[in-house]
Amino acid sequence: MRVCMPTTLSDACSMLADAGTAGRVMAGGTDLLVDWPQRAHEHDDTIWIDLSRVTPLRRITCADHVLRLGALTTYWDVVQSEQAAEAFPLLKQAARVVGSLQIQTRGTWAGNIMNGSPAADGVLALMAYDTTIELRSTAGVRRVSLDTFYTGYRSTVARADEILESIVLRRHRYRIQYFEKIGTRQAQAITKVGLALTQDSADHSWRVVMNSMAPTVTRCPALEGVLSAQQPMAGPDAWLPIIDADVSPIDDLRSTSRYRRVVAARLLHSALADRCDWIGQ
Amino acid sequence: MQCDQSPDSQPDQPAAAGPPDGSESRGVSRRSFIKTMGVSAAAGAVETALVTSAAEASAMQRRDDVETLGPQAVALTLSINGTPHRVSVEPLTPLVEVLRWNLGMTGTKTACGRGACGACTVHLDGQPIASCMTPVIDAVGCEISTIEGLGNGDQLDPLQVAFIKHDAMQCGFCTPGLIMSSKALLADTGKPNMETIRKALCGNLCRCGTYPNVFNAVLEASGQPVPNDLNTDNGKRGG
Repeated sequence: MRVCMPTTLSDACSMLADAGTAGRVMAGGTDLLVDWPQRAHEHDDTIWIDLSRVTPLRRITCADHVLRLGALTTYWDVVQSEQAAEAFPLLKQAARVVGSLQIQTRGTWAGNIMNGSPAADGVLALMAYDTTIELRSTAGVRRVSLDTFYTGYRSTVARADEILESIVLRRHRYRIQYFEKIGTRQAQAITKVGLALTQDSADHSWRVVMNSMAPTVTRCPALEGVLSAQQPMAGPDAWLPIIDADVSPIDDLRSTSRYRRVVAARLLHSALADRCDWIGQ
Repeated sequence: MQCDQSPDSQPDQPAAAGPPDGSESRGVSRRSFIKTMGVSAAAGAVETALVTSAAEASAMQRRDDVETLGPQAVALTLSINGTPHRVSVEPLTPLVEVLRWNLGMTGTKTACGRGACGACTVHLDGQPIASCMTPVIDAVGCEISTIEGLGNGDQLDPLQVAFIKHDAMQCGFCTPGLIMSSKALLADTGKPNMETIRKALCGNLCRCGTYPNVFNAVLEASGQPVPNDLNTDNGKRGG
Protein backbone atom coordinates (compact mmCIF):
# COMPACT_ATOMS: atom_id res chain seq x y z
CA MET A 1 0.00 0.00 0.00
CA ARG A 2 1.23 3.44 -0.91
CA VAL A 3 -0.13 6.85 -0.05
CA CYS A 4 0.38 9.92 -2.22
CA MET A 5 0.07 13.32 -0.58
CA PRO A 6 -0.42 15.83 -3.41
CA THR A 7 -0.81 19.52 -2.59
CA THR A 8 -2.48 20.53 -5.85
CA LEU A 9 -5.42 19.06 -7.71
CA SER A 10 -3.45 18.71 -10.94
CA ASP A 11 -0.79 16.63 -9.15
CA ALA A 12 -3.56 14.54 -7.63
CA CYS A 13 -5.03 13.91 -11.10
CA SER A 14 -1.71 12.87 -12.61
CA MET A 15 -0.89 10.60 -9.65
CA LEU A 16 -4.29 8.95 -10.01
CA ALA A 17 -3.82 8.54 -13.76
CA ASP A 18 -0.37 6.98 -13.22
CA ALA A 19 -1.74 4.62 -10.59
CA GLY A 20 -4.15 3.06 -13.10
CA THR A 21 -6.61 0.60 -11.63
CA ALA A 22 -4.66 0.49 -8.33
CA GLY A 23 -5.48 4.14 -7.62
CA ARG A 24 -8.15 5.24 -5.19
CA VAL A 25 -8.94 8.63 -3.77
CA MET A 26 -9.32 9.43 -0.07
CA ALA A 27 -11.02 12.50 1.42
CA GLY A 28 -11.40 12.11 5.17
CA GLY A 29 -10.85 8.36 5.46
CA THR A 30 -13.77 7.55 7.78
CA ASP A 31 -15.13 4.86 5.47
CA LEU A 32 -11.69 3.41 4.79
CA LEU A 33 -10.65 3.00 8.42
CA VAL A 34 -13.76 1.01 9.28
CA ASP A 35 -11.82 -1.82 7.65
CA TRP A 36 -8.76 -1.34 9.86
CA PRO A 37 -6.92 -3.48 10.72
CA GLN A 38 -9.00 -6.61 9.97
CA ARG A 39 -9.41 -5.87 6.28
CA ALA A 40 -6.31 -3.72 5.71
CA HIS A 41 -4.76 -6.50 3.64
CA GLU A 42 -7.46 -5.96 1.01
CA HIS A 43 -5.78 -2.62 0.33
CA ASP A 44 -2.23 -4.01 0.02
CA ASP A 45 -1.97 -3.15 -3.68
CA THR A 46 -3.86 0.12 -3.51
CA ILE A 47 -2.23 3.46 -4.23
CA TRP A 48 -4.18 5.97 -2.16
CA ILE A 49 -4.35 9.54 -3.35
CA ASP A 50 -5.01 11.44 -0.10
CA LEU A 51 -6.52 14.84 -0.91
CA SER A 52 -6.10 16.20 2.63
CA ARG A 53 -3.30 18.58 1.67
CA VAL A 54 -5.11 20.05 -1.34
CA THR A 55 -6.53 22.68 0.99
CA PRO A 56 -8.54 24.75 -1.55
CA LEU A 57 -10.82 21.72 -1.87
CA ARG A 58 -12.24 22.41 1.59
CA ARG A 59 -13.87 25.65 0.43
CA ILE A 60 -17.62 26.32 0.46
CA THR A 61 -18.83 29.05 -1.87
CA CYS A 62 -22.37 30.37 -2.16
CA ALA A 63 -23.18 32.88 -4.88
CA ASP A 64 -25.86 33.53 -7.52
CA HIS A 65 -28.13 30.77 -6.21
CA VAL A 66 -25.34 28.22 -6.52
CA LEU A 67 -23.68 26.43 -3.62
CA ARG A 68 -20.36 24.68 -4.28
CA LEU A 69 -18.89 22.19 -1.86
CA GLY A 70 -15.28 21.10 -2.40
CA ALA A 71 -14.04 17.53 -2.22
CA LEU A 72 -12.81 18.12 1.34
CA THR A 73 -15.88 19.95 2.67
CA THR A 74 -16.99 18.11 5.80
CA TYR A 75 -20.50 17.68 7.18
CA TRP A 76 -19.55 19.98 10.04
CA ASP A 77 -18.34 22.67 7.63
CA VAL A 78 -21.86 22.81 6.18
CA VAL A 79 -23.47 22.85 9.64
CA GLN A 80 -21.26 25.85 10.48
CA SER A 81 -21.96 27.65 7.19
CA GLU A 82 -25.00 29.88 7.72
CA GLN A 83 -25.36 30.48 3.98
CA ALA A 84 -25.32 26.78 3.13
CA ALA A 85 -27.65 25.82 5.94
CA GLU A 86 -30.09 28.58 5.03
CA ALA A 87 -30.10 27.93 1.28
CA PHE A 88 -30.27 24.14 1.54
CA PRO A 89 -31.66 23.25 4.97
CA LEU A 90 -31.83 19.50 4.29
CA LEU A 91 -28.03 19.42 4.07
CA LYS A 92 -27.72 20.57 7.66
CA GLN A 93 -30.40 18.12 8.79
CA ALA A 94 -28.54 15.28 7.09
CA ALA A 95 -25.13 16.37 8.37
CA ARG A 96 -26.30 16.28 11.98
CA VAL A 97 -27.43 12.67 11.77
CA VAL A 98 -24.34 11.23 10.07
CA GLY A 99 -22.52 9.25 12.75
CA SER A 100 -21.41 11.45 15.62
CA LEU A 101 -19.96 14.95 15.79
CA GLN A 102 -16.53 13.26 15.80
CA ILE A 103 -17.37 11.79 12.38
CA GLN A 104 -19.10 14.92 11.09
CA THR A 105 -15.85 16.86 11.56
CA ARG A 106 -13.88 14.34 9.46
CA GLY A 107 -16.33 12.86 6.96
CA THR A 108 -16.78 14.61 3.63
CA TRP A 109 -19.78 14.99 1.31
CA ALA A 110 -17.60 13.95 -1.61
CA GLY A 111 -16.46 10.82 0.20
CA ASN A 112 -20.09 9.98 0.96
CA ILE A 113 -20.95 10.24 -2.74
CA MET A 114 -17.93 8.32 -4.04
CA ASN A 115 -18.07 5.54 -1.44
CA GLY A 116 -21.41 4.64 -2.99
CA SER A 117 -23.14 3.18 0.06
CA PRO A 118 -26.90 2.72 -0.43
CA ALA A 119 -27.29 4.06 3.13
CA ALA A 120 -25.46 7.35 2.46
CA ASP A 121 -27.34 10.10 4.35
CA GLY A 122 -25.43 12.94 2.69
CA VAL A 123 -26.39 11.69 -0.76
CA LEU A 124 -30.03 11.43 0.33
CA ALA A 125 -30.15 15.16 1.04
CA LEU A 126 -28.06 16.18 -1.98
CA MET A 127 -30.26 14.22 -4.39
CA ALA A 128 -33.36 15.99 -3.07
CA TYR A 129 -31.89 19.13 -4.67
CA ASP A 130 -30.73 19.98 -8.19
CA THR A 131 -27.20 18.65 -7.69
CA THR A 132 -24.40 18.18 -10.20
CA ILE A 133 -20.95 16.83 -9.51
CA GLU A 134 -17.78 17.84 -11.28
CA LEU A 135 -15.32 15.03 -12.00
CA ARG A 136 -11.79 16.07 -12.84
CA SER A 137 -9.10 14.04 -14.58
CA THR A 138 -6.00 14.91 -16.56
CA ALA A 139 -8.39 15.13 -19.55
CA GLY A 140 -10.43 17.95 -17.97
CA VAL A 141 -13.70 18.37 -16.10
CA ARG A 142 -16.92 16.46 -16.68
CA ARG A 143 -20.27 17.36 -15.13
CA VAL A 144 -22.70 14.64 -14.14
CA SER A 145 -26.11 14.96 -12.53
CA LEU A 146 -26.19 13.19 -9.18
CA ASP A 147 -29.52 11.68 -10.30
CA THR A 148 -27.73 9.55 -12.91
CA PHE A 149 -24.42 9.00 -11.12
CA TYR A 150 -25.11 5.54 -9.66
CA THR A 151 -25.40 2.52 -11.92
CA GLY A 152 -25.76 -0.22 -9.30
CA TYR A 153 -24.59 -1.33 -5.86
CA ARG A 154 -21.43 0.69 -5.17
CA SER A 155 -20.92 1.34 -8.85
CA THR A 156 -20.99 4.73 -10.55
CA VAL A 157 -20.33 6.35 -13.91
CA ALA A 158 -17.04 7.81 -12.60
CA ARG A 159 -13.91 6.50 -14.29
CA ALA A 160 -10.94 5.20 -12.30
CA ASP A 161 -8.92 8.31 -13.20
CA GLU A 162 -11.54 10.85 -12.07
CA ILE A 163 -11.58 12.84 -8.84
CA LEU A 164 -14.76 14.43 -7.53
CA GLU A 165 -13.69 18.06 -7.38
CA SER A 166 -16.92 19.90 -6.57
CA ILE A 167 -20.54 19.33 -5.68
CA VAL A 168 -22.71 22.03 -7.23
CA LEU A 169 -26.24 22.70 -5.96
CA ARG A 170 -28.51 25.02 -7.92
CA ARG A 171 -30.99 26.75 -5.68
CA HIS A 172 -34.69 26.75 -6.53
CA ARG A 173 -37.59 27.96 -4.43
CA TYR A 174 -39.24 25.11 -2.63
CA ARG A 175 -42.75 24.69 -1.29
CA ILE A 176 -41.79 21.57 0.63
CA GLN A 177 -38.42 20.38 1.99
CA TYR A 178 -38.44 17.26 4.13
CA PHE A 179 -35.78 14.88 5.46
CA GLU A 180 -36.20 11.96 7.81
CA LYS A 181 -33.82 9.23 8.86
CA ILE A 182 -35.02 6.15 10.71
CA GLY A 183 -32.29 4.24 12.52
CA THR A 184 -31.93 2.27 15.71
CA ARG A 185 -31.18 5.43 17.71
CA GLN A 186 -31.36 9.16 17.07
CA ALA A 187 -27.56 9.41 16.91
CA GLN A 188 -24.79 7.03 15.93
CA ALA A 189 -26.93 4.81 13.75
CA ILE A 190 -26.87 3.63 10.17
CA THR A 191 -30.10 4.30 8.31
CA LYS A 192 -32.79 1.63 8.03
CA VAL A 193 -35.15 3.86 6.07
CA GLY A 194 -34.35 7.32 4.75
CA LEU A 195 -36.66 9.70 2.90
CA ALA A 196 -36.04 13.15 1.49
CA LEU A 197 -38.56 15.21 -0.44
CA THR A 198 -38.66 18.56 -2.15
CA GLN A 199 -41.31 20.27 -4.22
CA ASP A 200 -40.30 23.17 -6.41
CA SER A 201 -42.61 26.12 -5.83
CA ALA A 202 -42.19 27.45 -9.38
CA ASP A 203 -42.89 24.44 -11.59
CA HIS A 204 -44.34 22.24 -8.78
CA SER A 205 -42.00 19.37 -9.73
CA TRP A 206 -41.16 16.79 -7.09
CA ARG A 207 -38.03 15.03 -5.99
CA VAL A 208 -38.59 11.96 -3.86
CA VAL A 209 -35.39 10.23 -2.73
CA MET A 210 -34.86 7.16 -0.56
CA ASN A 211 -31.80 5.51 0.93
CA SER A 212 -31.32 2.04 2.43
CA MET A 213 -34.25 0.96 0.24
CA ALA A 214 -32.46 -0.09 -2.97
CA PRO A 215 -28.94 -0.97 -4.17
CA THR A 216 -28.20 2.77 -4.43
CA VAL A 217 -29.59 5.96 -3.01
CA THR A 218 -32.27 6.60 -5.58
CA ARG A 219 -34.94 8.95 -6.84
CA CYS A 220 -38.42 7.46 -6.98
CA PRO A 221 -40.09 8.29 -10.32
CA ALA A 222 -43.33 6.41 -9.63
CA LEU A 223 -43.87 8.31 -6.38
CA GLU A 224 -42.97 11.57 -8.07
CA GLY A 225 -45.54 10.78 -10.79
CA VAL A 226 -48.30 10.09 -8.27
CA LEU A 227 -47.54 13.34 -6.47
CA SER A 228 -47.43 15.35 -9.68
CA ALA A 229 -50.81 13.85 -10.67
CA GLN A 230 -52.17 14.82 -7.23
CA GLN A 231 -53.54 11.33 -6.76
CA PRO A 232 -55.50 10.92 -3.50
CA MET A 233 -54.14 8.38 -1.01
CA ALA A 234 -56.59 6.66 1.34
CA GLY A 235 -53.96 6.01 4.00
CA PRO A 236 -50.36 4.88 4.52
CA ASP A 237 -50.96 1.48 2.93
CA ALA A 238 -52.03 3.10 -0.33
CA TRP A 239 -48.43 4.13 -0.89
CA LEU A 240 -47.09 0.56 -0.77
CA PRO A 241 -47.66 -0.49 -4.40
CA ILE A 242 -46.06 2.73 -5.60
CA ILE A 243 -43.09 2.29 -3.28
CA ASP A 244 -42.72 -1.23 -4.70
CA ALA A 245 -42.53 0.18 -8.20
CA ASP A 246 -39.58 2.37 -7.22
CA VAL A 247 -37.46 0.44 -4.70
CA SER A 248 -36.65 -3.10 -3.59
CA PRO A 249 -35.64 -3.12 0.09
CA ILE A 250 -33.93 -6.23 1.43
CA ASP A 251 -33.64 -8.12 4.70
CA ASP A 252 -30.20 -7.51 6.17
CA LEU A 253 -28.49 -7.15 9.53
CA ARG A 254 -30.15 -3.79 10.19
CA SER A 255 -33.75 -4.35 9.25
CA THR A 256 -36.22 -6.28 7.13
CA SER A 257 -37.79 -5.59 3.79
CA ARG A 258 -41.25 -5.57 5.36
CA TYR A 259 -40.29 -3.06 8.04
CA ARG A 260 -38.65 -0.79 5.54
CA ARG A 261 -41.65 -0.77 3.17
CA VAL A 262 -44.18 -0.13 5.93
CA VAL A 263 -42.11 2.61 7.56
CA ALA A 264 -41.45 4.30 4.21
CA ALA A 265 -45.20 4.32 3.52
CA ARG A 266 -45.97 5.86 6.91
CA LEU A 267 -43.23 8.44 6.52
CA LEU A 268 -44.60 9.47 3.14
CA HIS A 269 -48.15 9.72 4.41
CA SER A 270 -47.29 11.64 7.54
CA ALA A 271 -44.95 13.97 5.66
CA LEU A 272 -47.43 14.80 2.91
CA ALA A 273 -50.99 14.41 4.22
CA ASP A 274 -50.81 17.73 6.08
CA ARG A 275 -49.01 19.56 3.30
CA CYS A 276 -51.01 18.37 0.28
CA ASP A 277 -54.79 18.71 0.63
CA TRP A 278 -55.51 16.32 -2.25
CA ILE A 279 -53.96 13.37 -0.46
CA GLY A 280 -56.54 13.14 2.30
CA GLN A 281 -56.01 11.85 5.81
CA MET B 1 4.28 -28.49 4.80
CA GLN B 2 7.77 -27.10 5.18
CA CYS B 3 8.49 -24.33 7.56
CA ASP B 4 11.71 -22.47 6.97
CA GLN B 5 11.51 -20.39 10.09
CA SER B 6 14.50 -21.18 12.30
CA PRO B 7 14.33 -20.79 16.08
CA ASP B 8 16.69 -17.82 15.70
CA SER B 9 14.06 -15.86 13.85
CA GLN B 10 11.60 -15.97 16.72
CA PRO B 11 10.76 -12.50 17.97
CA ASP B 12 12.44 -11.46 21.19
CA GLN B 13 10.46 -12.53 24.21
CA PRO B 14 9.93 -9.87 26.86
CA ALA B 15 11.30 -12.28 29.49
CA ALA B 16 13.09 -9.61 31.47
CA ALA B 17 9.93 -7.59 31.97
CA GLY B 18 8.58 -9.57 34.93
CA PRO B 19 9.32 -12.38 37.35
CA PRO B 20 9.51 -15.82 35.68
CA ASP B 21 6.51 -17.08 37.62
CA GLY B 22 4.35 -14.48 35.95
CA SER B 23 3.50 -12.60 39.14
CA GLU B 24 3.82 -8.84 39.19
CA SER B 25 6.69 -7.29 41.14
CA ARG B 26 5.69 -5.64 44.36
CA GLY B 27 5.21 -1.93 43.95
CA VAL B 28 4.39 -2.22 40.25
CA SER B 29 0.74 -1.58 39.53
CA ARG B 30 -1.02 -3.53 36.81
CA ARG B 31 -1.43 -0.29 34.88
CA SER B 32 2.23 0.75 35.04
CA PHE B 33 3.27 -2.82 34.19
CA ILE B 34 1.09 -2.86 31.09
CA LYS B 35 2.24 0.62 30.11
CA THR B 36 5.91 -0.41 30.48
CA MET B 37 5.27 -3.36 28.22
CA GLY B 38 3.64 -1.08 25.66
CA VAL B 39 6.55 1.34 25.66
CA SER B 40 9.10 -1.52 25.36
CA ALA B 41 7.19 -2.80 22.34
CA ALA B 42 7.21 0.70 20.86
CA ALA B 43 10.93 1.06 21.56
CA GLY B 44 11.47 -2.19 19.67
CA ALA B 45 9.56 -0.74 16.76
CA VAL B 46 11.77 2.34 16.75
CA GLU B 47 14.91 0.19 16.51
CA THR B 48 13.43 -1.76 13.63
CA ALA B 49 12.61 1.51 11.93
CA LEU B 50 16.21 2.70 12.24
CA VAL B 51 17.41 -0.50 10.60
CA THR B 52 15.04 0.06 7.70
CA SER B 53 15.72 3.77 7.35
CA ALA B 54 17.39 3.23 3.97
CA ALA B 55 14.25 1.49 2.74
CA GLU B 56 12.22 4.32 4.18
CA ALA B 57 14.27 6.83 2.30
CA SER B 58 13.57 5.04 -0.96
CA ALA B 59 9.88 4.96 -0.09
CA MET B 60 9.83 8.74 0.19
CA GLN B 61 9.87 9.45 -3.50
CA ARG B 62 9.37 12.95 -4.79
CA ARG B 63 7.74 13.38 -8.12
CA ASP B 64 6.53 16.82 -9.09
CA ASP B 65 6.68 17.72 -5.40
CA VAL B 66 4.23 14.97 -4.57
CA GLU B 67 5.19 13.01 -1.51
CA THR B 68 4.61 9.27 -1.86
CA LEU B 69 4.72 7.25 1.33
CA GLY B 70 4.89 3.56 2.06
CA PRO B 71 4.51 0.68 1.94
CA GLN B 72 7.11 0.73 4.73
CA ALA B 73 6.77 2.72 7.90
CA VAL B 74 7.63 6.39 7.47
CA ALA B 75 9.05 8.92 9.91
CA LEU B 76 6.43 11.53 10.82
CA THR B 77 6.30 14.41 13.27
CA LEU B 78 3.09 14.93 15.21
CA SER B 79 2.37 18.00 17.29
CA ILE B 80 0.58 16.76 20.40
CA ASN B 81 -0.43 19.10 23.22
CA GLY B 82 2.07 21.62 21.87
CA THR B 83 5.04 19.25 21.77
CA PRO B 84 6.51 17.67 18.62
CA HIS B 85 6.78 13.87 18.65
CA ARG B 86 8.67 11.77 16.07
CA VAL B 87 7.16 8.41 15.19
CA SER B 88 7.81 5.78 12.56
CA VAL B 89 4.54 4.24 11.38
CA GLU B 90 2.60 3.20 8.33
CA PRO B 91 0.86 6.31 7.03
CA LEU B 92 -2.74 5.07 7.24
CA THR B 93 -2.44 3.74 10.80
CA PRO B 94 -5.32 5.08 12.88
CA LEU B 95 -4.13 8.01 15.00
CA VAL B 96 -5.33 6.39 18.24
CA GLU B 97 -2.98 3.44 17.72
CA VAL B 98 -0.02 5.75 17.29
CA LEU B 99 -0.93 7.68 20.44
CA ARG B 100 -1.32 4.55 22.53
CA TRP B 101 1.21 2.09 21.12
CA ASN B 102 3.99 4.24 19.71
CA LEU B 103 3.84 7.10 22.18
CA GLY B 104 2.46 5.39 25.29
CA MET B 105 -0.21 8.08 25.65
CA THR B 106 -2.87 5.71 26.91
CA GLY B 107 -5.29 8.34 28.20
CA THR B 108 -7.09 8.16 24.86
CA LYS B 109 -9.06 4.91 24.79
CA THR B 110 -9.91 2.61 21.96
CA ALA B 111 -13.11 0.61 22.21
CA CYS B 112 -15.22 0.09 19.09
CA GLY B 113 -12.48 0.87 16.56
CA ARG B 114 -15.02 2.13 14.03
CA GLY B 115 -16.11 5.59 15.04
CA ALA B 116 -19.21 4.52 16.92
CA CYS B 117 -18.42 5.08 20.61
CA GLY B 118 -16.37 8.25 21.09
CA ALA B 119 -13.88 6.73 23.56
CA CYS B 120 -11.00 7.78 21.27
CA THR B 121 -12.07 11.44 20.97
CA VAL B 122 -9.18 13.89 20.62
CA HIS B 123 -9.05 17.35 19.04
CA LEU B 124 -7.54 18.05 15.66
CA ASP B 125 -7.01 21.79 15.31
CA GLY B 126 -9.60 22.28 18.03
CA GLN B 127 -12.31 20.07 16.53
CA PRO B 128 -13.34 16.83 18.20
CA ILE B 129 -12.57 13.82 16.00
CA ALA B 130 -12.68 10.04 16.29
CA SER B 131 -8.96 9.20 16.36
CA CYS B 132 -9.73 5.58 15.44
CA MET B 133 -11.08 6.84 12.10
CA THR B 134 -8.33 9.35 11.34
CA PRO B 135 -5.27 8.17 9.40
CA VAL B 136 -2.16 9.41 11.19
CA ILE B 137 -0.87 10.99 7.98
CA ASP B 138 -3.85 13.38 7.98
CA ALA B 139 -2.89 14.60 11.46
CA VAL B 140 0.59 15.73 10.37
CA GLY B 141 0.71 19.51 10.36
CA CYS B 142 -2.31 19.78 12.66
CA GLU B 143 -2.36 20.44 16.39
CA ILE B 144 -3.50 17.33 18.23
CA SER B 145 -4.93 17.76 21.75
CA THR B 146 -5.40 14.76 24.01
CA ILE B 147 -6.60 14.22 27.56
CA GLU B 148 -2.94 14.29 28.69
CA GLY B 149 -2.79 17.95 27.69
CA LEU B 150 -5.56 19.03 30.07
CA GLY B 151 -4.75 20.64 33.38
CA ASN B 152 -1.31 21.56 34.54
CA GLY B 153 0.56 18.99 36.61
CA ASP B 154 -1.50 18.33 39.72
CA GLN B 155 -3.82 21.18 38.85
CA LEU B 156 -6.81 19.60 37.11
CA ASP B 157 -8.82 21.21 34.35
CA PRO B 158 -12.14 22.61 35.64
CA LEU B 159 -13.94 19.94 33.63
CA GLN B 160 -11.95 17.20 35.35
CA VAL B 161 -12.75 18.76 38.74
CA ALA B 162 -16.45 18.92 37.83
CA PHE B 163 -16.48 15.28 36.64
CA ILE B 164 -15.04 14.22 40.00
CA LYS B 165 -17.42 16.41 41.99
CA HIS B 166 -20.47 15.09 40.16
CA ASP B 167 -19.36 11.48 40.19
CA ALA B 168 -19.60 11.49 36.39
CA MET B 169 -18.03 8.09 35.85
CA GLN B 170 -18.28 4.52 36.99
CA CYS B 171 -15.77 2.34 35.15
CA GLY B 172 -14.24 5.49 33.67
CA PHE B 173 -13.34 4.04 30.29
CA CYS B 174 -15.45 6.53 28.34
CA THR B 175 -14.41 9.46 30.55
CA PRO B 176 -11.42 10.81 28.57
CA GLY B 177 -13.55 10.88 25.42
CA LEU B 178 -16.46 12.55 27.21
CA ILE B 179 -14.14 15.16 28.70
CA MET B 180 -12.56 15.92 25.32
CA SER B 181 -15.99 16.30 23.69
CA SER B 182 -17.09 18.53 26.58
CA LYS B 183 -13.91 20.57 26.27
CA ALA B 184 -14.59 21.21 22.57
CA LEU B 185 -18.18 22.20 23.39
CA LEU B 186 -17.16 24.69 26.07
CA ALA B 187 -14.50 26.22 23.80
CA ASP B 188 -17.22 26.73 21.19
CA THR B 189 -20.19 27.61 23.42
CA GLY B 190 -19.43 29.31 26.71
CA LYS B 191 -22.65 28.47 28.55
CA PRO B 192 -24.44 25.69 26.70
CA ASN B 193 -27.94 24.69 27.77
CA MET B 194 -28.85 21.09 28.54
CA GLU B 195 -30.11 20.40 25.01
CA THR B 196 -26.85 21.64 23.49
CA ILE B 197 -24.81 19.58 25.94
CA ARG B 198 -26.77 16.44 25.14
CA LYS B 199 -26.34 16.98 21.40
CA ALA B 200 -22.63 17.71 21.71
CA LEU B 201 -22.06 14.51 23.68
CA CYS B 202 -24.32 12.23 21.62
CA GLY B 203 -21.25 10.68 20.00
CA ASN B 204 -19.88 9.40 23.31
CA LEU B 205 -21.39 6.18 24.59
CA CYS B 206 -21.23 5.26 28.29
CA ARG B 207 -22.20 1.68 29.04
CA CYS B 208 -22.45 2.51 32.75
CA GLY B 209 -25.12 5.11 31.97
CA THR B 210 -23.56 8.05 33.80
CA TYR B 211 -25.01 10.60 31.38
CA PRO B 212 -27.05 12.70 33.89
CA ASN B 213 -23.97 13.24 36.05
CA VAL B 214 -21.83 14.00 32.98
CA PHE B 215 -24.33 16.64 31.82
CA ASN B 216 -24.37 18.17 35.31
CA ALA B 217 -20.57 18.23 35.38
CA VAL B 218 -20.51 20.15 32.10
CA LEU B 219 -23.08 22.63 33.45
CA GLU B 220 -20.91 23.11 36.53
CA ALA B 221 -17.70 23.55 34.57
CA SER B 222 -19.37 26.24 32.47
CA GLY B 223 -20.29 28.14 35.63
CA GLN B 224 -24.01 27.44 35.48
CA PRO B 225 -26.29 26.27 38.29
CA VAL B 226 -26.86 22.54 38.42
CA PRO B 227 -30.53 21.68 39.05
CA ASN B 228 -31.64 18.66 41.09
CA ASP B 229 -28.13 17.51 41.73
CA LEU B 230 -28.01 14.43 43.93
CA ASN B 231 -24.30 13.91 43.96
CA THR B 232 -22.73 16.93 45.59
CA ASP B 233 -22.38 17.72 49.26
CA ASN B 234 -25.39 20.00 49.01
CA GLY B 235 -27.60 17.31 47.58
CA LYS B 236 -29.54 14.66 49.43
CA ARG B 237 -27.76 11.63 48.15
CA GLY B 238 -29.70 8.42 48.50
CA GLY B 239 -28.46 4.91 49.19
